[in-house]
Amino acid sequence: MTRLRRLFAGQGMLGVLLLLCALFSVLTLEPQQLSGEAAAEALARKMAGAASGDAAVLVVARGGPEDERFAAVLQRRLKAQGFAAVAAVVGGPAEVRAAVEALAARPVGERHVASVASSAAVVRAVRADLPDPERVALWMPPARRWPTFLLKANLLNVASQVAVIAILAIGMTMVILTAGIDLSVGSLIALSAVLVAGTIGRLGGAEAGLGAVLAGALAGIAACAASGWLSGFVITRFRVPPFIATLAMMQVASGVAYLVSKGRPIHDLPPGFETLGRGADPVLGVPHAVTLMAALYAAAHVLLTRTVFGRHVYAVGGNPEAARLAGVPVKRVLLLVYTVCGALAGLGGVLMASQLKSGAPTYGVTYELHVIAAVVVGGTSLFGGEGRIAGTLVGALIMGVIQNGMNLTNVESYTQKVVLGLVILGAVLFEQLRRMLAERRRARSSG
Amino acid sequence: MSESSPLLRVEGLTKSWPGVLALDAVDLEVRAGEVLALVGENGAGKSTLLKIVSGAERADAGRVLLEGRPLAGTPAQVARQGVVTIYQELSLVPQLSVRENLFLGREPVRRGLVDAAAERERAREVLSRLGLDLDPETRVESLELAQRQLVEIARALLADARLLIMDEPTTALTPRETERLFGLLRGLKEDGLGIVFVSHRLDEVFALADRVSVLRDGRSLGTREAAGLGRRELIELMVGRPLEQEYPRRAAEPGAVRLEARGLAGGLVAPTSFRLHAGEILGVAGLVGAGRTELARLLFGADRPTAGEVLVDGRPVTPRSPREAIEAGLALLTEDRKGQGLVLVLSARENFALANLARWSRGGLLDAGAEAAAFERHVRRLGIRLSGPGQRASSLSGGNQQKLLIARWLEHDASVLIFDEPTRGIDVGARHEIYLLLHELCARGKAVIMISSELPEVLGMSDRILVMHDGRVTGEIADPRSASQEDVLALAVS
Repeated sequence: MTRLRRLFAGQGMLGVLLLLCALFSVLTLEPQQLSGEAAAEALARKMAGAASGDAAVLVVARGGPEDERFAAVLQRRLKAQGFAAVAAVVGGPAEVRAAVEALAARPVGERHVASVASSAAVVRAVRADLPDPERVALWMPPARRWPTFLLKANLLNVASQVAVIAILAIGMTMVILTAGIDLSVGSLIALSAVLVAGTIGRLGGAEAGLGAVLAGALAGIAACAASGWLSGFVITRFRVPPFIATLAMMQVASGVAYLVSKGRPIHDLPPGFETLGRGADPVLGVPHAVTLMAALYAAAHVLLTRTVFGRHVYAVGGNPEAARLAGVPVKRVLLLVYTVCGALAGLGGVLMASQLKSGAPTYGVTYELHVIAAVVVGGTSLFGGEGRIAGTLVGALIMGVIQNGMNLTNVESYTQKVVLGLVILGAVLFEQLRRMLAERRRARSSG
Repeated sequence: MSESSPLLRVEGLTKSWPGVLALDAVDLEVRAGEVLALVGENGAGKSTLLKIVSGAERADAGRVLLEGRPLAGTPAQVARQGVVTIYQELSLVPQLSVRENLFLGREPVRRGLVDAAAERERAREVLSRLGLDLDPETRVESLELAQRQLVEIARALLADARLLIMDEPTTALTPRETERLFGLLRGLKEDGLGIVFVSHRLDEVFALADRVSVLRDGRSLGTREAAGLGRRELIELMVGRPLEQEYPRRAAEPGAVRLEARGLAGGLVAPTSFRLHAGEILGVAGLVGAGRTELARLLFGADRPTAGEVLVDGRPVTPRSPREAIEAGLALLTEDRKGQGLVLVLSARENFALANLARWSRGGLLDAGAEAAAFERHVRRLGIRLSGPGQRASSLSGGNQQKLLIARWLEHDASVLIFDEPTRGIDVGARHEIYLLLHELCARGKAVIMISSELPEVLGMSDRILVMHDGRVTGEIADPRSASQEDVLALAVS
């Protein structure tokens, strides 16, 4: 537990994230209908006691792959449980009526109807018309009260939506740890996206193979890494403040993205291209984007805490002159940090192009602000030298969770903006307060 | 000005921080027309006491009286009542002129506009009273540190100060500037001002103070007349135990030549040549601005030399960056430990490790266990006092910070260590430990260059002394034990 706490550097932001999750869980708590196989299994368990030697059962569903699976699985399970006759109907009211009436016409034994929730109304109506309604028992899959927010599909959705910003935030964390800033990452997303799409377009477009896709991704990432290197070069060689150097790069990269794409989105991409952005692991259902994000965070954590380079990053941000006099190659460290930040922005662009299955120069506008916000909310100090990569992940997730939660609770987008702004402000104030208290404690103990 | 009614009286002042009793019923009196020195080790409570008097902190118990009336409020309110504090970090706005700074927050207004003419006149008045030949329109950033300090004093006089509080006022001053400041303070004292000053330099305490008040562990050990007090006696009062020799003695056995500079020049430093032997402490004396720190930075590659070369153990190395110097076995311990030596936001262990990371790197990953073990070893050997390896460097005392940096370079096995002002800001007890460490370094065959502005220290510790003036070595003192401060000064101003 203490290890975990140290990992998140006592930001308290992990607590905030959990609190937000709890809040949205409560706000979105509602009955959730089961469907497909899960519904069939649950209903079979419920009906286990009703099986007797001469009981007949009719499985009712409306249609579609989930309902087909429901009907098939439930039929199999009920037969196994010992019902004498098991029939199924998948279709509209007319088919259901005919089937239910046929069931009611059976001369002997108990009669059961096992229906999905959406067909239950039809079954009830048919049953009411029967001469002896009580003789046909109606069963439905159990509904459970469960937060929509906490549905696996929704959580994976949040993680996928956060992935691009979270991946960019890794590079931004490193840059901010060196007391710098990189405003160009939003534009680099666009540059990378149009380069990926453009390259693939030249190498075959919609018919392009895997080789072309990889070449496109490489082109996007390499161009963005080179842009980051150039920013770093200008910053270290000519001592241009990072704010200015990357502000210029932001304009240049955006302009180049428009030039490359002639201002239009590029769509002719092969069908397999969206696998990275939209695909998921077939076994666990985890989206590839989330897997990629998690792997990068693990790698960044090791890089920053366990390697010489990581220590150098913190030292350069904490006191560049002291670092230099201790033999740290300050300029090389800065150059590398901006290059990595650029490369990750490039990867973010590839991911976004894959998610949207196109590349457009309009991608990533104002993303640099969301990314910086994630880093700051995650507790990294803009003065450099202080912060944890795990904090940044928490920061990115907080932003994503708030946005998702507000969508689920039908908060409209203007209000969402206000809330997000206040969250950023609140996080920074919280951090500042913590710092002031720590400083006061320190002043006291050395008084 | 009668002795029965002091200018400032502090009665039973008590202040506790969580876990620490910083001040324990401290009494103190300052009379008009006297200089009172407040001395004590770091952590004795001097800063806390001054902060309470100046209004920056509140006491838990006790009170402060100015001419019999309670003195309290914010620092600004206290200053308006005539008690002005001049801090170590000067509080002038560099981009504004001397005149604008003098009247900052108290601008005379005429018809809604600042009355610049009146300001100019009164500025000239007060500057000439202080004997400062200075155009009031000069921007403060173009002034030297000593002049800025005098401007601060001028500002206090303009505010009708009756009591001046000065915390380590001479830290950044040359001997001559110090002497000038003291002359000026003596003049102000004659005019009836009370002056309280804190200093770690006992020479200054005896040169300036009428009375000396000693604090130890938050308690007042009383106030004595400076005239009847011996230096040794005062040190023992401060540290609370009998003191060994202030500068420990050792038998110097210089070995082979470790470091040699041949015509090394750059920036302020004119071509300089000298040799440094293993097991030797070479003192470098001179006034501030003589080029001592600049010479050290050239040797260490922190600045690029324009001519000359550096040899370590006979091999030409002439470092172009600190990294190269470190690889050649050099180490620089700067005078500005907080600004250039340490990364204050990082832990003690991380600061220790910074120059040595490559040695614990296995395939790119750091071996945290080996790092921690090495740190632990040095902490024990050098007696570094820490609450834990994760303690922030910023919260260490000056002495422990210096030891931490020594540990860093010992781990790196540096063979030539350049100390710039090794005991600046370090209190009397810890100083002695640093001196012993310097001796130990020599005993282990290291070569040490020690730049110091404190003449007794240079004379007491060095085997040989180079004296610099205006970027050149103006002389060498081969036998410091039999030399006097005047001998060094004669070379330093030549």
